[in-house]
Amino acid sequence: MELLYFGSKGWGDELFAAFLMTIAVSITAMLIGILFSIIFTPLKLSNKKIFNFIANCYTTVIRGVPELLVIYLFFFGGTGAVMFVASIFGYNDYIEINAFITGSFAIGIISGAYSTEVFRGAIQSIDRGQFEACKALGFKKYVYFFKVIIPQMLRLAIPNLSNVWQITLKDTSLISVTGLVEIMRQSYIAAGSTRDPLFFYSFAALLYLILTFLSMKILNKLEKNYNRGF
Amino acid sequence: MDLDLMINSLPKLLSATLTTLKLLSLSLVFGLIIGLIFAIMRLNKNKFISNFSYTFSYIFRGTPLLVQIFIIYFGLGQIEYLRSTILWSVLKEPYWCAIIAFSLNTGAYTSEILRSAFQTIKPGLIEAGKSLGISSKIIFYKIQIPIAIKQSLAAYGNEIILMLKGTSLASTVTLMDLTGVAKYIISTTFKPIEVFIVAGSIYLFLTFLVHNFIKFTEKKMGTN
Repeated sequence: MELLYFGSKGWGDELFAAFLMTIAVSITAMLIGILFSIIFTPLKLSNKKIFNFIANCYTTVIRGVPELLVIYLFFFGGTGAVMFVASIFGYNDYIEINAFITGSFAIGIISGAYSTEVFRGAIQSIDRGQFEACKALGFKKYVYFFKVIIPQMLRLAIPNLSNVWQITLKDTSLISVTGLVEIMRQSYIAAGSTRDPLFFYSFAALLYLILTFLSMKILNKLEKNYNRGF
Repeated sequence: MDLDLMINSLPKLLSATLTTLKLLSLSLVFGLIIGLIFAIMRLNKNKFISNFSYTFSYIFRGTPLLVQIFIIYFGLGQIEYLRSTILWSVLKEPYWCAIIAFSLNTGAYTSEILRSAFQTIKPGLIEAGKSLGISSKIIFYKIQIPIAIKQSLAAYGNEIILMLKGTSLASTVTLMDLTGVAKYIISTTFKPIEVFIVAGSIYLFLTFLVHNFIKFTEKKMGTN
């Protein structure tokens, strides 16, 4: 237990900071993912074949390739890509990208592929009659989209989105390979310097369990809230 | 684009694919056995046994696979007692540590898939079997298991694909699987995009094979 003391004697404060870092990365990644799915879901549902093709490529490739490989691509390729773009604008110095940004972007793109599929499924399972009813009532396009489609879609999407959140949360452990100090990386450092890997990795597992348990409770509440009236 | 590098790295990546496939197939076989055992325990009327099975699957589904591998590979070696037993000859090999972690992980998910498949079997089918005087052992093997397999095929196909992606974590414990070799080539040549395209295509091809294999089996068993 001494190993968990706060302050210079134990690893308590470091692990607590890492715990908060995992939460921060997961939330950022999830938001980036939702942003991506807002872009790609309309492409998936579009009537144009070329848009469908682009969106299908994105979701198929990302869901078929290991997360670790995507992270390596971003870790090794991210700096190069940003520097290439910067050189077009005439900036030729070395740019170092923050591990937090690379990591949450990589995980965000992965979680975006999953949430795109979730949103697509949710929109497709809304009754066709709703679209026609809105047209018959002469609703403006944005009214019918924001007041009719989105609320119904959210109710159907939230259970699956909470699965995506759990996947995203667990995927953040993989960012530790890029050196971002989240739970896994901090446990690795602590295990290395105290030679007590069993304790620290088990403690990391416990922290992840707490996170998944708490988020399940919160998301179940949200689900119930959206399901009232059904 | 460096086409030469892509062509040159292909043989290395393909031979690493063999390691990935070995890891995948062994963990799936062990995982299926573990999953079946825990699914049966979960359906047991004894509260203690079913809670034990629930806790097992909850812990393994609630923590990242990376933590599980690290606990088994780095953590278990710390226990002095284990080092003196015969188990140590297995646990000192990263290869077997990875397989143990993968099997337990996929076993936890498989047990959930099988449990829900068992629970959706209509009780009428089992009652019909009983009323015909068939022993409960034969009901289990000849009625419950075949129906459960049919119903869980699609979900199990997803689990195989998840596990295929999961085997990439073996590279974190020094194993040279497809991702491990890809990372090695990337870090020596600094050409991430080319290597990603080749390694990613191999993974996508494997995913495609699994997907179609499951579809084919489903059709053969007449589930749809």
